[in-house]
Amino acid sequence: MSLDVLWAPFVEFAFLRRALVGAVILALSAAPVGAFLMFRRMSLAGDAMSHAILPGAAVGFLLSGLAILPMTLGGFVAGLAVALLAGAVSRLTAQREDTSLAAFYLISLALGVLLVSLKGSNVDLMHVLFGTVLALNDDALILIGLVASISFVGLALIWRPLYAECLDPIFLRSVSRSGPVAHFIFLGLVVLNLVGGFQALGTLLAVGLMMLPAAAARFWVRRLEAVIGLGMAFGVLSAYLGLMASYYLGAASGPAIILVAGIIYVLSLIGAPRGAILSRVLPARHRVA
Amino acid sequence: MHWLALLISLLLSSPAIGAPIQAVASFSILGDMVKAIGGDRVEVTTIVGANADTHVYEPKPSDAAAVARAQIFFVNGLGFEGWMDRFVQATGYRGPLVIASQGVTPRDFVDDGVTVTDPHAWQSLSNGLIYVRNIRTALCRIAPSSCGAFTASAQDYSEQILALDVEVRAAVATVPPAERKVITTHDAFGYFGAAYGVSFLAPEGISTDAEPSAAGVARLIEQIRSTGVKALFIENMTDPRLIEQIANETGITVGGELYADALSFPGRGAGSYLEMFRHNIGLLVPAMKGD
Repeated sequence: MSLDVLWAPFVEFAFLRRALVGAVILALSAAPVGAFLMFRRMSLAGDAMSHAILPGAAVGFLLSGLAILPMTLGGFVAGLAVALLAGAVSRLTAQREDTSLAAFYLISLALGVLLVSLKGSNVDLMHVLFGTVLALNDDALILIGLVASISFVGLALIWRPLYAECLDPIFLRSVSRSGPVAHFIFLGLVVLNLVGGFQALGTLLAVGLMMLPAAAARFWVRRLEAVIGLGMAFGVLSAYLGLMASYYLGAASGPAIILVAGIIYVLSLIGAPRGAILSRVLPARHRVA
Repeated sequence: MHWLALLISLLLSSPAIGAPIQAVASFSILGDMVKAIGGDRVEVTTIVGANADTHVYEPKPSDAAAVARAQIFFVNGLGFEGWMDRFVQATGYRGPLVIASQGVTPRDFVDDGVTVTDPHAWQSLSNGLIYVRNIRTALCRIAPSSCGAFTASAQDYSEQILALDVEVRAAVATVPPAERKVITTHDAFGYFGAAYGVSFLAPEGISTDAEPSAAGVARLIEQIRSTGVKALFIENMTDPRLIEQIANETGITVGGELYADALSFPGRGAGSYLEMFRHNIGLLVPAMKGD
């Protein structure tokens, strides 16, 4: 067996090259966002947001079918609205943000399912929920590229307040008023990445490339920058291996990519220095969550 | 008083014309044929309407009511209406059950790995003539007084079918024999293919009810490349964005919507049996040529 099995499918088939490019860019863009979510103890917020996107995407779908731009814009607006409402409730009342987020994303999800069922079959809903990384056309690739660019620039702009707040939120609040602003911009970037991802992976799995690589990287390294770098690498590896599995084993592509990321997570959990086993065996200085 | 006797006999026979025969047809294509032959002497109710799938239809209570009222009931047969037997028993219908495909030479086809009789016999126009004959005979039997009219319209309709058959053969003849190939997820074109010399291949690798894998899409692309097929017709269950990618990669034409086992809604190009045939051949011929 020669080495070209590693790249032959991508040479032969344009649809696989597109899938790889799209998934790799998504992985690079989503991993830093996922790392910040994890450090801010908001790992499930990404999941909630991914559900919140649905009604917006559904309105776009109702107006113009499976077209990229209306669905993306709609999803972005809906996701942002849920994030802002949840944030506002937590600031105006005693209710914590995780509770209000859960409330609003459930409202949003129910509205989305209702809207999709207004027009046509559940088959179409399946396309919205699951996407297809194998069907990325030029528009979808451009959209993913744009999302990644905005995400990188946005993260760079709010890096300092975000980073400081991760380490010591009380200190930041005492010296700066940029905390809430940075928080909302960050939530916007989360929504943006999910919207970019749902064309390729669907609303449910888009969050997988965001959280799993970052969570796996956390078992190996401690510093935020290192988690981001390693998370990106894990994400890219998942995209490549997932597509290879889908090509050689005939597995459905989106789930294959996320499952590879999941396998990397489990292997890291078992084998990494800060994982479940070695952290107990090795003479650790002290463990930090 | 001869004229009085004549008048009385006319009055007595007029209900046959005034109150049309209540007929029920199991699906839209058959319903259209019964209408074409029965004219305004027959009122046709169709159970599975336009754009609906007869294979998996769930009868409604109103369908049962229509059947219970009916004087004659037309089905395709050949296993097309699998739910029909129990349904007819349940309605308590006792009238004649006409199997329109009677006398057709059945073909086998493979459905989900099992070889069964292909029920889509109407997809060959010469079988369509057999349907017409069966429908006319059945209508004449229950309404002998209108038999002359049924025979005349059946004659007229058969001539239209024959003319269309010539038209279809001429259209297919414009495609070079080696290019008379179509890849389609529709499994309803076996009789069409046999009658007009077109091979219909099932797409490899993708199915309408599973998430696509890279391996599956690659197999379909390889199939298109190796067979040199230019025409691809995919039922609307599959993600259109995926089909667009496959078309880009292979330079193939993705045809429009073929109508196989139901008519379209009126005004959408395939509202009757004959229109459906014209519609399909109008899509298939350019696609096979790669125009």
